[in-house]
Amino acid sequence: MLTILFDGVAYGMLLFILAVGLSVTMGLMNFINLAHGAFAMVGGYTTILLMQRLDLPFLFCLPLAFALPALLGALLEVTLYRPMYKKPHLEQVLFSIGLTFMAVAAMDYFMGSTQQIIQLPDWLKGRTEVGQGAWTLGMGHYRLFIILICAALTIGLQYILSSTRFGSRLRASVDDQRVAAGLGINVNLVFLSTFAVGSGLAGLGGALGTEVLGLDPTFPLKFMIYFLIVVAVGGTSSITGPLLAALLLGIADVAGKYYIPKFGAFIVYFLMIVILMWRPQGLFVRKGSSR
Amino acid sequence: MQKRIFISAAALALLAMSATATLAQDKFKIGLILPMTGPQATTGRQIEAAARLYMAQHGDMVGGKKVELIVKDDTSAPDATKRLAQELVVNEKVNVLAGFGITPSALATAPIATQSKTPQVVMAAATSSITLASPYIVRTSFTIPQAAVSVADWAAAKGGMKKVVTLVSDYGPGIDAEKYFKERFALNGGQVVDALRVPMRNPDFAPFLQKVRDIKPDALFVFVPSGAGAAVMKQFLERGMDKAGIKLIGTGDITDDDQLNDMGDGAIGVMTAHHYSTYHQSAANKKFVDAFQKANKGLRPNFMAVGGYDGMRVIYEALKVTKGQGGGDALLAAMKGQIFESPRGPMFIDAQTRDVVHNMYLRKVEKKQGQLWNVEFDVLKDVKDPGKAK
Amino acid sequence: MSQAFKSLERARRWRVWEFVFWPLALASPWLLSGHALIINEIAIVALFAVSLDLVLGYAGIVSLGHAAFFGMGAYSAALFAKLVMPDPLVGMIFAILVSTLLGAVCSLTIMRGTDLTRLMVTLGVALILMELANKLDWLTGGADGLQGVIMGPLLGRFEFDLYGQTAAWYSLTVLLLFFLLSRRLVHSPFGATLTALRDNRLRSVAIGIPVTSRLVVIYTVAAGVAGAAGALLAQTTSFASIDVFELHRSADLMLLLVIGGTGWLYGGVTGAVVFKLMQDWIAAITPQYWTFWIGLFLVVLVLVGRDRLLRPWTWLQRGRP
Repeated sequence: MLTILFDGVAYGMLLFILAVGLSVTMGLMNFINLAHGAFAMVGGYTTILLMQRLDLPFLFCLPLAFALPALLGALLEVTLYRPMYKKPHLEQVLFSIGLTFMAVAAMDYFMGSTQQIIQLPDWLKGRTEVGQGAWTLGMGHYRLFIILICAALTIGLQYILSSTRFGSRLRASVDDQRVAAGLGINVNLVFLSTFAVGSGLAGLGGALGTEVLGLDPTFPLKFMIYFLIVVAVGGTSSITGPLLAALLLGIADVAGKYYIPKFGAFIVYFLMIVILMWRPQGLFVRKGSSR
Repeated sequence: MQKRIFISAAALALLAMSATATLAQDKFKIGLILPMTGPQATTGRQIEAAARLYMAQHGDMVGGKKVELIVKDDTSAPDATKRLAQELVVNEKVNVLAGFGITPSALATAPIATQSKTPQVVMAAATSSITLASPYIVRTSFTIPQAAVSVADWAAAKGGMKKVVTLVSDYGPGIDAEKYFKERFALNGGQVVDALRVPMRNPDFAPFLQKVRDIKPDALFVFVPSGAGAAVMKQFLERGMDKAGIKLIGTGDITDDDQLNDMGDGAIGVMTAHHYSTYHQSAANKKFVDAFQKANKGLRPNFMAVGGYDGMRVIYEALKVTKGQGGGDALLAAMKGQIFESPRGPMFIDAQTRDVVHNMYLRKVEKKQGQLWNVEFDVLKDVKDPGKAK
Repeated sequence: MSQAFKSLERARRWRVWEFVFWPLALASPWLLSGHALIINEIAIVALFAVSLDLVLGYAGIVSLGHAAFFGMGAYSAALFAKLVMPDPLVGMIFAILVSTLLGAVCSLTIMRGTDLTRLMVTLGVALILMELANKLDWLTGGADGLQGVIMGPLLGRFEFDLYGQTAAWYSLTVLLLFFLLSRRLVHSPFGATLTALRDNRLRSVAIGIPVTSRLVVIYTVAAGVAGAAGALLAQTTSFASIDVFELHRSADLMLLLVIGGTGWLYGGVTGAVVFKLMQDWIAAITPQYWTFWIGLFLVVLVLVGRDRLLRPWTWLQRGRP
């Protein structure tokens, strides 16, 4: 049972890293960016290519899996996304779906449609077992790695958000864009950097997730639902909201499939609907925010 | 106002443009409907490549007619397949319908084949009941029961396995695999301790595999659609199941040649049963693999490709016999009963069931010349589809 | 007062081009007889889009799960034909009843929350239904789809043939019928309250419009119309598979509705025509990578703006977008 919990937490953390960028951009820029999954895909493919073609070690590729989508995100933000902020939500959805289609087809063209398989370094393969009997905790080393990295990132993000100047500027812009601009905050720069970091995190998540979730050109479309669930349930006004939502989702999914395999697939959707009906703004909403 | 008129005019113009008058006289058209995009896209790619290879090798003039291949993408949506099939038959007047990447696509098209008396060559879909859906269906791929039953026979008799857990994807072919494996394994004195079904859009096999580990059977029998095999393999190793003494067995879909080489050394030793391995040692196969790799940038042909290749062979040979006369019925008659040497080995199309009869090979994953291959170590000859051989 | 009345009247009046469009549409299976199949498909999607327009364009409810009702209609019609009676019209009525019922139940879920909430909840419902259809394979045929559906002749005389003409006429007629109904609905006082609701819910509540009941009614009606579209699909193809509940159906629908324009019922129809034809045409040219071109089209469409796209002389102009 503990192993299932552990697996669920790992899965949830992964989802969190993938979805946190989406959550922040939605809260900040009020922009429904369904192309978020495409950045994750770019990160995953970057890692694969670097490892296969240039024989770079896995750990080395991870920062690059963050950097490349971040750069790409920054570029796209300035050129394509910025004119879209004022447009109605539906047009944003249309736009981002269009981008996603293009990304999926382009990746298909360049990389082919087979599932990409990643070769982990030996020290990440393997498993440690603690305890015995019903209380055995089996920890796959890779999942442990994921949990540690994501935990570190979460703490880092939370720190940036709450204790740095940039963080306070970000929060101000989320709460009220016009007033923040009026106070002299360079809102455009805040948007740009947030979008870039969010996309970078997605890329990192994509790279980390290749082993667990698989990677092929249809990745953005397949997992979009999960990202959206995390964001919808977690709310868009904090980091802890999506974190808890992702953990809840991960554990529910894994535990559900283990204990009630017949209804494994239903559990997640059902849980989401119930939570959203109970708390339509998401589970965790900051008091006083305008959304 | 103008906008709306413009839109309607543009729409009508588009319609008019797409109305191509087909003047098919001495043409023989093959309508190849495949999933070229979406989750089954690799199937579509492999089959199209194989079909084009066959045409390149054997020319496009057969029986006095010029052969034309029309490829359509059905995105694995069965109602799209049906509409495309209907359009191909009605508008393009194709002589043969071919392809069909998944079972629902093949089944949806069956009524069209029957109504229009067009032979339907199924090159990929593998559920047993497909050939029963229409008297015009001929299959050149394989059936899941053939593979499942072969694994069960071997596992009980020579593999020494007594307790097995089955893990299949929760859809038609998966349930088929589970059913036939269970029956045959029980017949041979074994016991299927638990039968797990994994939802189709499952991103994570972890909880199911954890359950298997807790049960600790002699072996785990797996069936998942081609493409998901790697994920299962990885999870299997990650959970240390091989170290816990659980062997991994299954149909060849889990060690799909398309992906096998990328699965890593953890896949070594996995035992599967299937009708085709790229490593099959025969002159015909060597020729096929070399030509395929040359034409497709080193891509390894897998069992989907061989289904497409042999499907084209069946069509070509039938056309040679009928010389384009007699319509669909004559073509169908010429397809039934064909016996030939395929890259997979010897095979024939059963005249009664119109289904494929071929050897089932037991293979183990081994490393040869630095690459992973499915190496055959045993063979069950001329296996008919158990679903019909009752 | 009369000014307001006049503008309402103007919106409701039939335009000249509408009298040209509909007869042409109804005649198209005969005029373009080789294309009856795609005309049928366009008609079905157009009807589906009209139903979504009712909730999205007129009531402002974002839904990514409208396929739930479409699929429900499809399976109800298919199962009815297989198990009870193969007459298409009776099956259609049954399917509409079932999906309307489902709509009434589901309308409880869309009451509260933001756009995103509604998107997710509607999506969740559709996905749950899909899993149900997959699980209850003894009834629905599961992932293989429902086999053995044989439709009886329409009105006792017209068989559903291979050429698809009967199917196309059937779908077009049903489309016209529901279109007229919807038109009547949205241009009535009821429809006006819906638009008020969409534009400013707080103010609508303030002037006494019963928000909840309006939403329930329109959602239920839209569900019924979507169910009719689904029934058409099942009946004209004699087939139903769980693909009808898929995300891409709801997503494609929303796309084509936004392409055509929400809030005027013809948006659904024109979006259906443009999107389907474009998809078909591009897929014929490049079966593997057509999604790329569609994606490009969408991006360009949004960046340039739909109005400007149709007026090429404004492309190089700067100024008001």
